[in-house]
Amino acid sequence: MSGNSGKTMHIKLQVWRQKNAQEKGAFVTYDVSDVSPDMSFLEMLDVLNERLIHKGEAPIAFDHDCREGICGMCGLMINGVAHGPMAATTTCQLHMRSFKDGDELIIEPWRARAFPVLRDLVVDRAAFDRIIQAGGYVSVRTGTARDANETRIAKQDADAAFDAAACIGCGACVAACPNGSASLFTAAKISHLGHLPQGQPERMRRARNMIAQHDKEGFGACSNHRECEAVCPKQISIANIAMMNRDVIRATTIAEDDKQTSGGGM
Amino acid sequence: MRTFEAFFLRRFCLPNCPSRTYIRNEGVVMHALALHQTTVGKKVIIAITGVIMFGFLIGHTLGNLQIFMGPEKINAYSEFLHHTASLLWGTRVVLLGAISLHIYFSMSLARQNSAARPIAYKARKDQATNYAARTMVWSGPIIAAFIVYHLAHLTAHVTPNYTMSETNVYDNLVYGFQIPWLASFYIFCQLLLGTHLFHGVWSFMQSLGINHPRYNNLRRIIAAAVTGIIVVGNISIPLAIMAGVVKPSAELVRADDPTAGPHDQLGRETME
Repeated sequence: MSGNSGKTMHIKLQVWRQKNAQEKGAFVTYDVSDVSPDMSFLEMLDVLNERLIHKGEAPIAFDHDCREGICGMCGLMINGVAHGPMAATTTCQLHMRSFKDGDELIIEPWRARAFPVLRDLVVDRAAFDRIIQAGGYVSVRTGTARDANETRIAKQDADAAFDAAACIGCGACVAACPNGSASLFTAAKISHLGHLPQGQPERMRRARNMIAQHDKEGFGACSNHRECEAVCPKQISIANIAMMNRDVIRATTIAEDDKQTSGGGM
Repeated sequence: MRTFEAFFLRRFCLPNCPSRTYIRNEGVVMHALALHQTTVGKKVIIAITGVIMFGFLIGHTLGNLQIFMGPEKINAYSEFLHHTASLLWGTRVVLLGAISLHIYFSMSLARQNSAARPIAYKARKDQATNYAARTMVWSGPIIAAFIVYHLAHLTAHVTPNYTMSETNVYDNLVYGFQIPWLASFYIFCQLLLGTHLFHGVWSFMQSLGINHPRYNNLRRIIAAAVTGIIVVGNISIPLAIMAGVVKPSAELVRADDPTAGPHDQLGRETME
């Protein structure tokens, strides 16, 4: 960490610029002066964009929304690390004090066949939505709201489910995986529901369909490199991948359909 | 919920469809995939076949180490194996099947994995992976080539150019490893096997879903320990032969040099 309030930094950026999904992109170099160490990474890009607009150039497109690390929209490959050098931190929560004055940063979009670049640093993550659509839900009868604690859930199960549910779907796992696999995302969604009683009736079908959709989207396979776990801003554990593997094995071999597994524990 | 599901299946499921085809997700037809059709399933098959070969390797290493117990011991072991056709051929068939599936599904996944990222990063920094994991697709084929050579050398006796005995496997090994390039090649391949196993042994547990917070650290330790035993055990053989600690059996018999210490019937020095 260097720099403090009052001092400003000079940062050199190499940013991937790509007009649209069809055209080829290239890296463009920008010098950004007067960067406050207190700026977030995205604020630094905002400042650069303001200057670009002022010069009549097209601003750099990047995804962002809540800017408080909970929505999963932002995500940049910064110097070869998804979400940059701070562990357990989204790009929006990364601050320029994590860099040194004069640093040269290479900013790339997530790279995966299933995440086509739409423009500059924006990728299409609809593949994640389709994985969720394939089974990342529980079917419930709607009607009168049930009592909050009607279904009792053991503390350890609730904790495990919550740890998995912390996934914000940013796609850093895919970006960091040497195989471009979405195993961590898919596993988090499968085991989030798999830890809970509400997730049991559809558990086998969920595992089967979600992994089928994962594969269909063109994501790679898990080779247990653990890169995803290392960059995940929500610190989702690869223990979820092991649980997904158990579910997929059961779902595609011994489980005839969900009848056999409904109401089962973990 | 169940009623809804039953209605859905009755409404859309094609009658007598063996793969239980049903329509979900706004018209997307989803087939119930078999295990080996999923990335997870392919990995599971790679893991299981890996475990089979790993189990064989442990036995093979222990068998090899009998060379330190003298020619008659390891030759008897070899004779035992060759006279137990069911064991010998059973092992060969299982291993051939395992290695075929292991290679087939590894290649299938390797293709899928490289297709998953058509445009590489300009900068990429590994955060957690290691050399062993990154080089699995390279150590694998080299080990496969080594196995072919190893079988050509000590099973088919087609290489290298020295007289091979059908019964004296001890001498076959000792004369072979007295050739420096051959011994070096074996040692190099054992080190590669070590990296392959270091990642593979840990990885198969994860792929098969063997994961528990209390024992997760143990997985790395087990992988490192067993790999270490196999690699050190196997490398110790060419090293001992090159260092002259393990000598050809004929030489051992001829060692009737009066200046040497007392010998047993095979000419080995006995402790006294």
